[in-house]
Amino acid sequence: MQTPALFEYERATSVEGAIESLTRLGSEARIIAGGHSLLPMMKLRLANPEHLIDINDLHELSYIRQQDDEIRVGALTRHVDLLKSDLLAERFPLFRDAEHVIADPVVRNRGTIGGSLCQADAAEDLSAACAAAKARIVIRGIDGERVVDMEDFHIGPYMTAVGAGEMLTEVRLAIRPGAGSAHEKVERRAGDWAIAAASAAVWMDGGTINDVGIALSAVGLTTVHVARAEALLRGQSPSEELFAQAGEMAAADCSPGSDGRGPVDYKRHLAGVLTRRALSHAVARALHQEA
Amino acid sequence: MKVEININGEPVQREIEARQLLVHFIRETPGLTGTHWGCDTSNCGACVVLMDGKPIKSCTTLAAMCEGHEISTVESLEVDGQLDPVQQGFHEKHALHCGFCTPGMLMTSRALLNENPNPTDLEIRTAISGAICRCTGYQNIVSAVRWAAEHEAATQEA
Repeated sequence: MQTPALFEYERATSVEGAIESLTRLGSEARIIAGGHSLLPMMKLRLANPEHLIDINDLHELSYIRQQDDEIRVGALTRHVDLLKSDLLAERFPLFRDAEHVIADPVVRNRGTIGGSLCQADAAEDLSAACAAAKARIVIRGIDGERVVDMEDFHIGPYMTAVGAGEMLTEVRLAIRPGAGSAHEKVERRAGDWAIAAASAAVWMDGGTINDVGIALSAVGLTTVHVARAEALLRGQSPSEELFAQAGEMAAADCSPGSDGRGPVDYKRHLAGVLTRRALSHAVARALHQEA
Repeated sequence: MKVEININGEPVQREIEARQLLVHFIRETPGLTGTHWGCDTSNCGACVVLMDGKPIKSCTTLAAMCEGHEISTVESLEVDGQLDPVQQGFHEKHALHCGFCTPGMLMTSRALLNENPNPTDLEIRTAISGAICRCTGYQNIVSAVRWAAEHEAATQEA
């Protein structure tokens, strides 16, 4: 039987209360939302928090809404709601692409976007999707809020910018003109972690790529941000040759490890192909040329 | 800690350690061993129960997290000796062999039909993609869910 080690449990009744508890209990306290990443880690003793603060009653953290020129997603928003959101699918279709292949429908009823990002597993899909979409992350502590760019959010394997006494409360996605995005993943079987996955978002200005974000899952110690390929594409007219070049850069710049999901050269190959496909798909969506 | 969970319409109260998983809380309740404890890693789906009508994996949910919520297990399907259409469908279409995955398959299928009374085969396969049958009886399971959907539609029309 797999059972977590002993811990104290409390249920938060407000965001302020959760932060107060986190501050009081220090680094041995963890927030639990869906629990589908944290509880397996606790069963294996890879995580051993002494206190769990359950935020599942904080319904004020569960929303997907447009506010001015941003889409704001609450930390407790579940995968199933991300999958079903027409607002998100219209503006950032890469989230629906990703959610179709994150775990399985039953797990998606519990897992949350905040939990996925804070788990900071390099193989997790939403981290790449948020990085490509250039999301900004709202982190709240006892002294108020701060907003961190996705680029600065993951500071190492399973490590984020969220400090002791802080919690992720919201993900913000800027709505800009000419947007298109896509997420491409290859997995061994339904519901599995990626062997490799690529997220791409583009913002077109007529026939020119005005801005672009590219991020990879499962091919490095953290989510891999492919800055070199982004620089290559910015200001260019999209073409399959250019996407292929970007794919080659992604394959070269990632650092996958060999494991049960495949050897290094296979994962590099996938990173390249999936980057090319994600870019091609993202641009087609931006130009409304999707087949 | 003391936890009270409403299971199949009945309040169940017990003193437990905070680390107790929902699957064990359920199975230690007299008469409720139908929910199966399988892989313990949220992969196999044998432990699926409904929480407020939504299917969840009870091996990856703390019992403490369920206080104040409604849990439905496989035992809730049969009412007054009348099998639920998904149970009848599994019987009609020979959708179980060893039976270990069956409680999770039934609850996952029940939740699907509650939300989508007329699913396509692809939608059925997607819905049960988080449930593993090692007797590899998927084809018959899909047929059983289809049978249940058609049977329910016919009953409602009648």
